[in-house]
Amino acid sequence: MGYGAPREVSVAFQPQPPAMDHQHPSTPHVSFAGAASIDGQSLFASVDLQIEAGLWTCLLGPSGIGKTSILRLIAGLSTDIEFAGQVSASDGRPVHTITTYMGQQDQLLSWASVMSNVTIGSRLRGEPVDDGRCRQLIGRVGLAARENAKPYQLSGGQRQRVALARTLAENQPVVLLDEPFSALDVRTRSQMQDLAFELLAGRTVLHVTHDPLEAARLGQRIYVLNEHGLKTVTPPKSGAPRDVDDRAMLAVQGGLHRALMR
Amino acid sequence: MNNALNILLATTLAVALWQAIVSVTGLPVFILPPPMRVLDSLIDNRVLIAEHALVTASEVAIGMLLGCLLGVITAINLTVSAPVRSIIRPILVFSQSVPVFALAPVLTLWLGYGLASKAAMTILIIYFPVTSAFFDGLMNTPSSYLDLAQSMRARPSRTLWLVRVPAALPALLSGLRLAAVYAPIGAVIGEWVGASRGLGYLMLLANGRAKIDLMFAALLVLGLFAVLLYAAIDALANRLTPRN
Repeated sequence: MGYGAPREVSVAFQPQPPAMDHQHPSTPHVSFAGAASIDGQSLFASVDLQIEAGLWTCLLGPSGIGKTSILRLIAGLSTDIEFAGQVSASDGRPVHTITTYMGQQDQLLSWASVMSNVTIGSRLRGEPVDDGRCRQLIGRVGLAARENAKPYQLSGGQRQRVALARTLAENQPVVLLDEPFSALDVRTRSQMQDLAFELLAGRTVLHVTHDPLEAARLGQRIYVLNEHGLKTVTPPKSGAPRDVDDRAMLAVQGGLHRALMR
Repeated sequence: MNNALNILLATTLAVALWQAIVSVTGLPVFILPPPMRVLDSLIDNRVLIAEHALVTASEVAIGMLLGCLLGVITAINLTVSAPVRSIIRPILVFSQSVPVFALAPVLTLWLGYGLASKAAMTILIIYFPVTSAFFDGLMNTPSSYLDLAQSMRARPSRTLWLVRVPAALPALLSGLRLAAVYAPIGAVIGEWVGASRGLGYLMLLANGRAKIDLMFAALLVLGLFAVLLYAAIDALANRLTPRN
């Protein structure tokens, strides 16, 4: 199950070395189960979301359904919702200590260089910074020459690449993506999808999106969350990331689209 | 340089307007001297004016430095500690409801006729705008940055220095711009209340001896101070903040 045959990734720069610095020997399975409400009003009834170890799981749903809240709860970020339930990882560690979160905005510090943005995690924790490794990661996202550039000098796609390098620098086994590619144009978005999929391979990924195409291209497991609750959808058989004109993928995209309209 | 051209244009316009008012209204020299007369006086009295200007400049510099430093320290402490916030903030606001100018005689009484009372006046006048601007900036860190820091399990002190302070720099700089304009006012008010040196003292002296052109010359130099200080802060701002 899982990756399918290795396939060529159509990214516009030279081939990259393997993504993981070191394979996580015990990439955990994460489970999120519970119900949430805001001011006594139910946001979602009891859901049981299983995020399988080392796979790319897409959570699709309309805006305002609580997808972002689920991500924030898993990441241990503050929310204004009341949550009754449990978030746990198969290795028993508190989930928020083994996750990295990549938000809707690139969250780049506007005054800091690409390099400073990629190293920010270590610096915020007061840990030594591994310059060489971070420089390597910047190379892997195709920005080797732009280490000293400031965010305002970069395009939207390049900024998301920096955010991806920053996410990789955290080197956590669990990665939470909150619609990180939604603001990009079609071409840049599919390039970023391919790149992120390649570089995050082997980690436990939960990718929240409202784009059926994105879920159908990338998801190795696909969930749809709507007013009727959480539902699993069988992903296309071919290995992700799927071509944008892959027939099986398009069929799943259509099905997801329909599920969202209900 | 487009900028220099603009300044030249603005200055020419102001001087022309000044000359026009004098010519049209025919105001006597002891009410409003024409610009050339003031310039003459400035050149004739350059040594005298320079001596007094130096005194005022050091008052402004010391006051500006200490006032900004105090403001920055206060703002950071207000940000970090909720108890400090709830105690100090009302005092700060109350202190602003007392007209600062009215304190000038008290400061002179306590600190004497020298530099200290003028520096203190300057500090008092710029302390609040700097504190308030920087504090606002520190309390309004974009939530996406704070999410990032939280998800990275940042130490609070590191978040302060690596994220909140840099994010608040533009706010601090707008406080400093205000301070640059207010600082010379503080020093001059201090000098008016009691001094034997400084541009404010020179203005009073010239006024008393009906040397209105000298008074205007001193005023001109004082204005130049504020402009230079403002330009320096602006240059600092351009270095520190990216152009978006």
